[in-house]
Amino acid sequence: MHVVVIGAGEVGTSIASSLASDHEVVVVDVDPERAEQLKYELDVLTIAGDGTTSDIQTAAEVGRADMVIACTDNDQTNLVACGTAKTLGDGFTIARVKSTDFLQTWNRSEGAFGVDFMVCTDLQTAENIVRVIGLPAAIDVDPFAGGLVQMAEFEVDEESPVAGQTVLEADRYESLTFVGLFRDGEMTIPRGDTGIEAGDRAVVVGSPESVQGFATDVAPETTPGRADEIVVVGGSEIGYQTARLLEEIDFEPRLIERDADRARWLAENLPNTVVMEHDATDTEFLAREHVDEADVVVTALRSDEKNLLISVLAKRLGVDRVIAVVDSPDYVTVFEEIGIDIAINPRTVTAEEITRFTYESVAENIAVLENDQAEVLELELTDGCGLVGRPISEIVAETDARFVIGAITRDHEIVTPRGDTVLRPGDHVILLVETDSVSAITSMA
Amino acid sequence: MSTTIRVGWRASVGLTGDVLAALPVPLALPLLIALYYGESPLPFLAAIAVSLALGAAFRSVQDPEQNLGPREAFLAVAMIWFLVAAVGAIPFTVAGVGTVAHPVNAMFEAMSGLTTTGATVLRDFSLHSRSIMMWRQVIQWLGGLGILILATAVLSELGVGGAQLMETESQTEDVNKLTPKISQTAQLIWGIYFGLTGLAVVVYFLLGLAVDPQMGLYNAVAHAFTSVATAGFSPEPLSVGAFHPLIQWAVVPFMVIGSTSFVLIYFAINGEPMRLLKNEEFHFYLGAMATLATIVAVGLFLDPNTTFGAEGTVRHAVFNVVSIVTTTGYASTDYVQWAPAAKHMLFMGMFIGGMVGSTTCSIKSLRWLVAMKSFKRNLFTAVHPEAVRPVRISGKTVDEDAIRDIYAYLLLSLVIFFLLAIVIVVDAERADARVDEFEALGAAATTFLNIGPAFGDAGPYGTFATFPMTTRAVMIVLMWVGRIEIVPVLVLLTKTFWTS
Amino acid sequence: MSWGVNWKASVGLLGVGIKYLAVTLLVPLIVALAYGEDIWVFLVSMALVAALGFAVERVDPDPDLGPREALLFVSLAWLAAAVLGTIPYMLAGYGTASTVAHPVNALFESMSGFTTTGATVLGNISTDQHSHALLMWRQLTQWLGGMGIIVLMIAILPEVAVNGAQLMDSEAPGPELQKLTPKIAETARALWLIYFGFTVLLAALLYSLHLLGMAPNMDLYNAVAHGFSTLPTGGFSPQADSIGYFSAAVQWVVIPFMVVAGVNFALFWHVLRGEAEVMLENAEFRVYAGALAVITAVLAILLFRGAAPPIELGGTTQGVAGNSVRQAAFQVGSLMNSTGFATADFAQWDAHAQIFLLFVMFIGGSAGSTGGGVKIVRWIIVAKAIRRELFTSAHPDVVQPVRLGGNVVDEDAIRGIMSFTLLYIALFALSAVFIALDTTRVGIQLSVLESISASLATIGNIGPGFGRLGPFGSYLFFPNTSKLLMIFLMWIGRLEIVPVLAIFISGIDTR
Repeated sequence: MHVVVIGAGEVGTSIASSLASDHEVVVVDVDPERAEQLKYELDVLTIAGDGTTSDIQTAAEVGRADMVIACTDNDQTNLVACGTAKTLGDGFTIARVKSTDFLQTWNRSEGAFGVDFMVCTDLQTAENIVRVIGLPAAIDVDPFAGGLVQMAEFEVDEESPVAGQTVLEADRYESLTFVGLFRDGEMTIPRGDTGIEAGDRAVVVGSPESVQGFATDVAPETTPGRADEIVVVGGSEIGYQTARLLEEIDFEPRLIERDADRARWLAENLPNTVVMEHDATDTEFLAREHVDEADVVVTALRSDEKNLLISVLAKRLGVDRVIAVVDSPDYVTVFEEIGIDIAINPRTVTAEEITRFTYESVAENIAVLENDQAEVLELELTDGCGLVGRPISEIVAETDARFVIGAITRDHEIVTPRGDTVLRPGDHVILLVETDSVSAITSMA
Repeated sequence: MSTTIRVGWRASVGLTGDVLAALPVPLALPLLIALYYGESPLPFLAAIAVSLALGAAFRSVQDPEQNLGPREAFLAVAMIWFLVAAVGAIPFTVAGVGTVAHPVNAMFEAMSGLTTTGATVLRDFSLHSRSIMMWRQVIQWLGGLGILILATAVLSELGVGGAQLMETESQTEDVNKLTPKISQTAQLIWGIYFGLTGLAVVVYFLLGLAVDPQMGLYNAVAHAFTSVATAGFSPEPLSVGAFHPLIQWAVVPFMVIGSTSFVLIYFAINGEPMRLLKNEEFHFYLGAMATLATIVAVGLFLDPNTTFGAEGTVRHAVFNVVSIVTTTGYASTDYVQWAPAAKHMLFMGMFIGGMVGSTTCSIKSLRWLVAMKSFKRNLFTAVHPEAVRPVRISGKTVDEDAIRDIYAYLLLSLVIFFLLAIVIVVDAERADARVDEFEALGAAATTFLNIGPAFGDAGPYGTFATFPMTTRAVMIVLMWVGRIEIVPVLVLLTKTFWTS
Repeated sequence: MSWGVNWKASVGLLGVGIKYLAVTLLVPLIVALAYGEDIWVFLVSMALVAALGFAVERVDPDPDLGPREALLFVSLAWLAAAVLGTIPYMLAGYGTASTVAHPVNALFESMSGFTTTGATVLGNISTDQHSHALLMWRQLTQWLGGMGIIVLMIAILPEVAVNGAQLMDSEAPGPELQKLTPKIAETARALWLIYFGFTVLLAALLYSLHLLGMAPNMDLYNAVAHGFSTLPTGGFSPQADSIGYFSAAVQWVVIPFMVVAGVNFALFWHVLRGEAEVMLENAEFRVYAGALAVITAVLAILLFRGAAPPIELGGTTQGVAGNSVRQAAFQVGSLMNSTGFATADFAQWDAHAQIFLLFVMFIGGSAGSTGGGVKIVRWIIVAKAIRRELFTSAHPDVVQPVRLGGNVVDEDAIRGIMSFTLLYIALFALSAVFIALDTTRVGIQLSVLESISASLATIGNIGPGFGRLGPFGSYLFFPNTSKLLMIFLMWIGRLEIVPVLAIFISGIDTR
């Protein structure tokens, strides 16, 4: 594959280094020194220049590129770069943006700005934080269909109330589907009467709310409930998005922001969040507002040093879990070494997301389970594909492939799959497939 | 965990315990008087015992780890005012004489005293011993002292009530910086309070020697205790009307001073009288009294049913208007007999109140002044939509948040007042005690705004004992709520106060 | 002295409006023809009004209004309408025993009509003393004032529509103007059409009740007359016994229309466009409906338990559930929305019920309705702001905006609403005291409830009060000074205080 990466910052470098071994990678950066330096660090071709111009893009052979990844620090640059790339060829374009406004525009009409896939750094990070907060019991969580659907894998332990129940009993949620059950490393495709035993690993697919609800059933002790106190420190874009996503799953977080105008803006846009205007490094304030009794503290200030300070303070006050946003990837280990529970680096998150994307072929999005025994795929159905126009039960009866359809999204709404559900073009189907059957399924799509 | 209490209530309880443990000191005064006149000391000994026991019990709960934040302070203020009144009620019940022997009445009398209201449920003043009557006066004086501490030291820290405006008001950067330490500031203010009380004793006593033998040392002390505190109890059934006109005139300036900002008085004593004299709130406060007194005087003069003579008319008009506006609640005559016009004026006067940072109650002049200026600004911006115009008091800009607070406070007061009036009417009707609307409005205003006497049966020479017991219980609560500026009590009723 | 206001522009535009006021006099003229009554009164009135309009128009033939001129124009327009509306009263009453022949009384009646107050000084309300035509004019003034004379002008006069948004904002009841369509004239037309539609519907329903034999007294004249005063929350009736004169069926039909009149008319516009959920999800509408239901229920229980004297117009209520509910619903609907109709003499009810009704009078209708009073949306915001104050006093660092139906309410707007509410209460209280003093001066002793309700019923554009001002009483006995104050209160109450007072302020302050 010929891949062009525009922007050689931390994100671009990270992507380039993970792709360099298998693919033909060209990296473009405005800074000639950076370009020169990278040439020796990685096995890639580097070009110095403005990646938005067609001259430079032609030099990078964008015309024959399979994929163009624009990941500079500037949103507009990335969008223009993708737009330019579309005039030169038809490679798949990926843009990294910070602003959620661009993401909204793009979600409304996919393909806007000539971007085929958009990764919003701050939103991605916030989603990551919320997943870590919401599902501490899950071994693996992945979002599908733009976050409408979640796949999660849970380990059922001795104390779990779910142990001993049948799948039918455990699945109390309208939009939740059990797609797989691993027992002693063997996968079975569960049916209504399949029993769940302690030590099993259950894979479920459904709306984020139902997955959250199921997590509470599996591990009521550790999974946070609505009454839990979550304090977000710092009203940066990441802090704002984190609070917004927490509100969406019915939490009422508290958000501490120092700047009066920003605090007002946050308070207006976050109806279920209590916004406080104060310097979070003031220990007296933290004590007065009983931040020590919070269950989770997220530090999302713009400076790593302050995040570190507040994380340590929160830990000392006795907060159960502290999640810190760390801007510099080098500090992630430092944070975790001194006892911060989870340190999240936005650039790493973005790079991972983009890299994950480059693996895909027909499937838009995949997750690999349990040593590659099974994969969860997201397929977008096209007009002519073999799955369209027939009820699910018919498809299942016809093929030998072992798969379970976990969820369907149609026009950005989640549809719970039933035997008589008829698939339509444009549907996104999230399904679990045994690794052996993957090619059978993808060939049908 | 929504059920956990997140208030450091132990700290609040501890502070309350400290205050209760100090109560035997003021209780010693009526005790001495009881011994001097050979009356039973039992009521006061009982109260001393209870306050010591409660104080010790509360202090044992204290947790030195917890510090006193705003929430804890609200809780403490609410508890202190309520429990001190409860202990203050003990002598009345133990003495067991007259209407106040009933616990609800005793609590009414004590709460009315502590909140410097001055509404009484006593029917026959002559039944009661001198020591009990003096305790009524002492508890009012304590209430005045308490509110000064609250206004100058505590509430300004919390940014609640009128106190937050004291900074603008006193034209200093920070009230607490009169002197470097809060405790020193508080001591200065109390010093002024003690000094004024002492001065009143001397003036009343000397005038008593000169013109009126009824104003002996006992009455001089008793009235000194309640005039500077703008409280209003008097051991005389005819209130200040029992004394010579000259003494009535002498009481007026003490009431006026009691309702003037003590911070500004401090400046005036220390050679900066212009701060007081050029203060807009002071002008408003004096102006309101002068206007109302003039209207009342004219009204009395024109009314054929009242014949006081020229001096008497002016004296009664000035005395009663000052008494009502400063929220004292003395009376020089039974104004219930006056024409409705004059009574309406007194009723209006109830809502004004004195200056912020004094012993006065009611809504307070500064709030009205700020509200008026802000109205004017609204009208101005309706014509000039782009104009940016801060509200200024005595040349200093008033913070927009403070204006919002003031509006909220005014509206809240008016709504509570109105609801209370409805409760009084409805409850009276339920108990078949016919109370007319004006009486109900007057009684609601006078208790909630801590003034004292109202109209009709509850007039200055009347008693609140005519209201049904339930009404009196509601009044007790509202005197309490009104005195500590509503917010400290109302926040206790919100769920988030306790849990988040 | 410079006024800082281009008053010529305001007055010039006023002339345009006055011209058209003459046209509205055609309605009583037609009635007079139909009943064979004296038509000269209205012909002369029309001529006078039209002549004045043409004359005043010349002050500034090409008026251009800024914000100040708009405020002045709106204030003057209402004053002018009220003043000119007196002409038929005075002409018709000249030389007779009619109380409205006196200019102050005539102005009171006319202002009470245009501002949809419904307080009357007409001593003897009957067609024996006053012509059908004159009483119809009285009803018509209410109908014209209901949706707002400025809104009407914007809807039909292109000259006025130019500055429409500014003008409508000054007149519209409630804290803010809702523009439904890009063109303000279209918005005004839509509102008037809805208003007109409801009026026609009510008149038709009432008349069909008559035709069906369920309402013997409700002839065509009465049907139209009551249509004219129900939708504007007016309260005038050509019958001395108000709606109590008619059958229970009529009363039941009027109740929903009074309720409708207290709803924001913009919501009906949404309903007509098939967006009924906009109405159902509107925070103010929900509170309005809830408050009506709860208050009606409480009052019905009070009446059922015997709060009204045993022999009542419209039926005994004690122990009679049907009558209790009807009387409660009618009186609450009438007083809360500031209509002022009555089917019972609530001035005779006991203190419980009266104090309760006084409380109801404070509430007011919805913003954007034809109702008067403080308006529900303001109370909602005041309550929310107070709750916020309590919250922030325990948590001093919390930033918490006030929300209404999901939207954030601007801090300036909150301050404006709080200051309006306080100003309203202050003006009401001061006026009550003034009225009490003024009546004492001439030797009339008012009870407190009477003086309070006189002030509240006029500033809130409600109409009847308690005691002698009850629904079947009259304001006639007040001294002229008190009547003039009440005329002023009705005027500023209808325009929600600020436009009128701002003009006074800008007269002094020319910066």
